[in-house]
Amino acid sequence: MAADPLSQVLSALADPTRRDMVARLAVADATVIELAQPYDVSLQAVSKHLKVLEEADLVSRRREAQRRPVHLEAEVFDLMTRWIERYRRQAEARYQRLDDVLGSIPDDVAPPTGAAK
Amino acid sequence: MSSTSTRETQILADPDVPLIRITREFDAPPSKVFRAHTDPELLARWLGPSRHEMRVTAYDCRTGGSFRYELSSNGNAFGFHGCFHEVRPDELIVQTFTFEGEPDGVALERMQLEDLGGGRTRLTVTSLVDSFAARDAWLSSGMEEGVREGYERLDALLG
Repeated sequence: MAADPLSQVLSALADPTRRDMVARLAVADATVIELAQPYDVSLQAVSKHLKVLEEADLVSRRREAQRRPVHLEAEVFDLMTRWIERYRRQAEARYQRLDDVLGSIPDDVAPPTGAAK
Repeated sequence: MSSTSTRETQILADPDVPLIRITREFDAPPSKVFRAHTDPELLARWLGPSRHEMRVTAYDCRTGGSFRYELSSNGNAFGFHGCFHEVRPDELIVQTFTFEGEPDGVALERMQLEDLGGGRTRLTVTSLVDSFAARDAWLSSGMEEGVREGYERLDALLG
């Protein structure tokens, strides 16, 4: 696969059905049939979604088992969560700077309405 | 995926539309929070990442106005610009946002201020971008070392 792993994970998670599948797999492993149940789509379509998730190494399927349950690779998924958490912390750092700025604005000065100088 | 403390920044990546929502509460009335968003001198003190210098080249925060600023670090400058579509004092700013390195892309941003009483304000910022790919790229951007570290860890995982 030519695409870099990060882009693959991001684009695999760019689809709402696949994100929903990942959310359900975070709770427990499931078979393709179980995964397909809540959606109004064919098993084939679900298999296609799974293939994208598998190619991004977000999920794996055990070869040996008859039911071949789908398993979420939590480490890769955690990585996404950490990115979002890092983005959140960056926003928090920005707003802590805003806290300081707000603390420096005197109470009695009427704010200018909208227009900058 | 959101945080625990009521006060700390909360973030939500919407599963159905390419949107990021950030919520944060401040110990200041809406008028001050609004001013910190509309006065370019105040804005430059908090908006840009801490390692970057922010230079505001235009800032007319009124309905129909526009803005432009540059962030620079280590001699590299990046420009950003947009238009203010609706500005209502102490309440609301709706603006577009474009990174000049990718001039065809545009995000629609909405900053809403809610008076919590007792001199407190809740700020809710939503950024709607053109696609999930752009949203996710955005989520993973602006944290250079973080992404590099992420790549390295992902490479190791997938190795």
